[in-house]
Parts: sequence; structure tokens; C-alpha cells
Amino acid sequence: MTDENKPIIEIKGLTKIYDTGKIKVNALNGVDFSIKECELIAIMGPSGSGKSTMMNVLGCLDKPTDGTYHLDGTDVSTMSEDALAEIRNQKIGFVFQTFNLLSRTSALKNVELPMVYAKIPAAEREERAKKALSAVGLEERMYHMPNELSGGQQQRVAIARALVNDPKIILADEPTGNLDSRSSEEILLIFQQLNRAGKTIVIVTHEPDIAQHCKRNVVFKDGEIVTDKKVEHILDAKAVLEEINKKSHHLHPHLNQ
Amino acid sequence: MDFFELVKLSLISLNANKMRSALTMLGVIIGVASVVAMISIGEGAKGLITKSIEDMGTNLLFVMPGQMKVGGGGHGMGSIQTLTFEDCREIEKNCPSVVGCAPEISKSAKIKAGNQNTVTQVVGTSERYPEVRNTKIAQGRYFTSLELHNQKKVAVLGQSVVDNIFFNIDPIGKDILINRIYFTVIGVLEAKGQSGFTNVDDMIMVPVTTFQKRLFGLDYLRNISVQVKSAELMDSAEQEVGELLRKRHRILNPDDDDFTIRKQTEMLNRMSDITSAFTMLLGGIAFISLLVGGIGIMNIMLVSVTERTREIGLRKAIGAKKADILKQFLIESIVLCVMGGLIGILSGIGMSYLIAKFGNWNTSVSTASILLSFGFSIAVGLFFGIYPANKASGLNCVEALRYE
Repeated sequence: MTDENKPIIEIKGLTKIYDTGKIKVNALNGVDFSIKECELIAIMGPSGSGKSTMMNVLGCLDKPTDGTYHLDGTDVSTMSEDALAEIRNQKIGFVFQTFNLLSRTSALKNVELPMVYAKIPAAEREERAKKALSAVGLEERMYHMPNELSGGQQQRVAIARALVNDPKIILADEPTGNLDSRSSEEILLIFQQLNRAGKTIVIVTHEPDIAQHCKRNVVFKDGEIVTDKKVEHILDAKAVLEEINKKSHHLHPHLNQ
Repeated sequence: MDFFELVKLSLISLNANKMRSALTMLGVIIGVASVVAMISIGEGAKGLITKSIEDMGTNLLFVMPGQMKVGGGGHGMGSIQTLTFEDCREIEKNCPSVVGCAPEISKSAKIKAGNQNTVTQVVGTSERYPEVRNTKIAQGRYFTSLELHNQKKVAVLGQSVVDNIFFNIDPIGKDILINRIYFTVIGVLEAKGQSGFTNVDDMIMVPVTTFQKRLFGLDYLRNISVQVKSAELMDSAEQEVGELLRKRHRILNPDDDDFTIRKQTEMLNRMSDITSAFTMLLGGIAFISLLVGGIGIMNIMLVSVTERTREIGLRKAIGAKKADILKQFLIESIVLCVMGGLIGILSGIGMSYLIAKFGNWNTSVSTASILLSFGFSIAVGLFFGIYPANKASGLNCVEALRYE
């Protein structure tokens, strides 16, 4: 059972300095930050604000220069690269703006990939991948190659891939950046459903619209958190989708009959 | 990821760029094929030479006039004319370790039979030649010691000479002209075929006395082949022959010898040294081409790593460890090399077969050369795959994911 008050991510005094030799860039300046279980949180900010750096550190893709990062109770800020790879494999699910599916590899095989590195036997892999694809509504397209799928479908495959190892947290970096508004809404709907089912989800975005779908918004600027607030009127993706459907029905009545 | 899965994965990615994989493999194919074919040519030559030396007869010593001296003066081997037929007979008579001797002197001469002309090597020798030099008579007979003693004008022909001047006629009993002197053909030697670069069938044998007195007016020999009773007696035979010749030629100091004695085994060793060097040379050139093929693999693997930077980034993001990525790319280059190696071995065997068939050259594909080149192609894959694979595994995950 999930405990709403237990912090899954705890960050203290997090500093990240990019040293390019000539100049030092302080991407993050002693950020304190925590995420509790079952949150749906949007990290926002203009480019150069440190939100991408935050995302990379949260995802254990990058190590902080200073400060501590506890993920699910363990300090990951000083772990070796291989140990971090295992953490990423077991506890974090990634969703990228550009989907990052392997080309010439079926949706099913793409979803199986994290389990391959988790050394799960082939039969179990297939079973779990199929389940994950069904959860995102793609049971009909399991054997399609990525180039035979629409953007929204590709992103749903990516979400299935993120889910398949049952991670503690899902990190989505601009997940709707390459999608039209309807597909975006469909993706957000999946996120909201997953969150309702108990998953902790972090979405990095620069669109206020997307952030409005989340329970909490954190805004970065110049490497620091400037705003951290609860969202008052959360947009329900399901309702928005119905709205969009109605509109397109109004514009092209023959399409939806 | 287990090994089988990695192999499958590499096949998928190689299949994705069929043309490129095929061309890259071609480098290895050519390399391995030439290693196999070249070594088979070298081995074939070695086998041929070994066989032709064995054809000479066994347990032989060769006595040659002149002396092998490194530097300084002295007479060069074969340049002086002190070895005589009497020496040969005396060796036979007085050396207990010796079975028999065959003298040899040869010159080229014009041959005429009916209206057919040819030029061939005429060899003067004794009646002991067939026994000492392991030569068989195919037709007719060899000359006797009596015929030798009486300087009879009888000739035994090599198979090629028969083919050249008699065609399908039975040559036994026919007359031929050697330098305008009539000889009667009494026998034909069994064909031995090509031996290295000389055709041992292209010669005529006549009694050495007839050769010296009637044909060319000489009294010396080019060499004497001495057959020894057994391999263990080679050294004592060499000593006996040396002492006898020194006595006959009135030489006190062995340093002043006007003859040289060679053991057949020495010659065999020298020849096999030469053919080994030959094989090494050919094999070396072939290995260089395999190396070039390997560089091609490295090149393509580097391109592949760059091309698949995002894939590498993604794999790392979802939990691939450094070693996983390293293994993936290493196995890909090894698979490329192994496939190339297998095709190369098959085409190498095919090549050596074609060389044997159409190039009129003995080839022998050895298991060792197959294993060697196959092992080497795996090593090439490993060696030239390590750098690209290492590069791939060392990529920074964040940067790789952002790579355009």
C-alpha cells in the first residue's frame, strides 16, 4: 500500500556545476526538494533554468556536484555508474520527448528491453510486456514497428516500456512536445490514470497547459526553485478529450459517425 | 543479456545495413580466403618437394666436385673436373657402408628420330642408377654393366622424350640420333612428373662410358649419388667416402678437399626451409590483407557507434551497464568476423582447388591453416572491435540521449 506522506525522493542542498574548462556554469544552486509517493508533479521553467539538469539528476543519469539525493530511502548521489544503471532499471521509468524507441524493433520487443537488462527470462518478459501494452491500449499493435505507429502510439509504447519493470517513479521529459493536442491529451490521460492507480509521476514541461494537469507545479529559474505550489483547478484529461471530440465532431461531423 | 541473445541482436543490426555489413565482411572474406589459399599453395609446394626428394631414393649421399667455402678462394662447387668414374667404382668396392653408387654427368644434346627433332638432357650414368635413385623402368630394360664396359650405344628414354619424338610408336629397338651418333633405344623410364621447376622425364640415359668417350670426349663427372646401407650408417659412410677420395686425389688436409659430400637429409631440410619461408611469405601477405579487413571492421563499427548514439543512450538510461554495451558491440564485430571467416574459409578452399585444377600447381589445404585463419579472424574481430565497443560503452548517457 502506498503511503501518501512518505517521501520517495529527498534532495538536500543539490548543486550541479558544469565545468567546461573556461567557465563554470551553476546549473543548480543548492536545491532542496522532495517528492512524496503518489504525486503527479510538473517541473517547469524556461530553458537554462536548470529543469533539465534536475531531470537528469532525478533520473540518476547525472551525478550531483554537491548535496544528497535519496531515492526510495537509498543515497544514490555517490553510487557508481553501474549501480546507477541498476537503479534506473529497477526504480525509474523514462518517457522522452522523442520517444526513443529502437527502430526495426517491434513494440513488444521495445517494451521488453528494460526486462532484458533486468535478466528476466524470455517467457516472463513477453507476458509482462503484453500486459503493459494492453494497459496503454496498444494490444492490437504489439507486433508493429515504430515507423508503423503514430506519434501518440509511439509515446504510449514508450510509457509501456517505462512501466514494465514496475518502477517507483516515472520521469517524463516533455512527453507531449512532439505530439498534437489530442495525442497529448491521450498521453496525459494515461498519466492521470496511472497516478490514480498509485504511480509517482514527474513531468518536465514548459507548457503551462500540461502543468495544469498535474497536482503540483515546481518552477525553476536560474538553478533555483522559485515557485512550488499545489494546483487549484486540475484539468481532467478525460474531460478535455471529450471537449476536443465534440469540437472536431462539430467541425467535421462526417468523421466521427 | 546472455550470449545467444546478443548474437541475435547483432544479427538484427547487421541485417539492418545489409550492403554495409556485406562489404565490411568482404574484407575479412578476402583476408581469410587468401590466408587459406596461400598457405595451401605453400604446403602443396612443400609436399611436392618432399615427394620428389623421396623419389630420388633413400639414404643417399651426394658427392660433388669442388668445395663449398664461405668466402675466401678455393674452387666453387661443381667448377672443377676431378671426380671420375673410377672414383665411383672405387667407392662401391671399398666402402663397407655403401650399397652402390650412381655417377652422373649430363649435357644437352640434339636428338633425332625419323623426321622428329628435339633437344634434351643426355645423362651418362651406370647400371646401378635405377636401384640407387629409385627409378623404375616402364618398358624394355636398363643397360647392363657389360654394355657399360663395352661403351655400347644404347639409350633409355624418359617419358617426355618418348612423347616428343615417338608419339604412339613403340620406341623399343628403334634407333635415335644423339648429336649425330646412332643409339638403340632399349627402355623407357617410368614417368615421375614435374619436380619443382624441372621435368625429370625430359632426359635420355646412356652408359657413362659411352657418354664420356663417344659422345662428348670427357673424363669427369658432375656428381656421384651414393646409397648407404642404413640411415644410422650415414655418418660413417660419409667418412669412408671422404677418406677414400682424399687418398685417391692425394689430399692430406680435409680443408683442401676438391669434393663436397652432402647428405640427402641436409638437402631435404634445406628445401623444406626454403618452402617454409615461401609459405611464410605468402601467408604473411595474406595476413596483411586480413589485417586490412580488420581495419575496415573497426571503421564500420565506429560509424555504427556514432549512428546509434541515441540507441546507446537509451539502453543505458533503461538500465544497460557499461559491460552490456561493450559486449553488444564486441559481439557484433565478432559475428561479422566469424561470418566473414566462415565464408572466407570456404572460398579459400575453393580457390586452392581452382589453383590446383587450372594453375597446374599442387595445393594442400591443411586443417591447421583453416583453424589458424578462423582463430585469427575472431581475434581480428575482438581486437578491432574493442576500440569502438569501448567508445560506445563510455558514452555519456545524457549527451548520447540528446545526440542528433
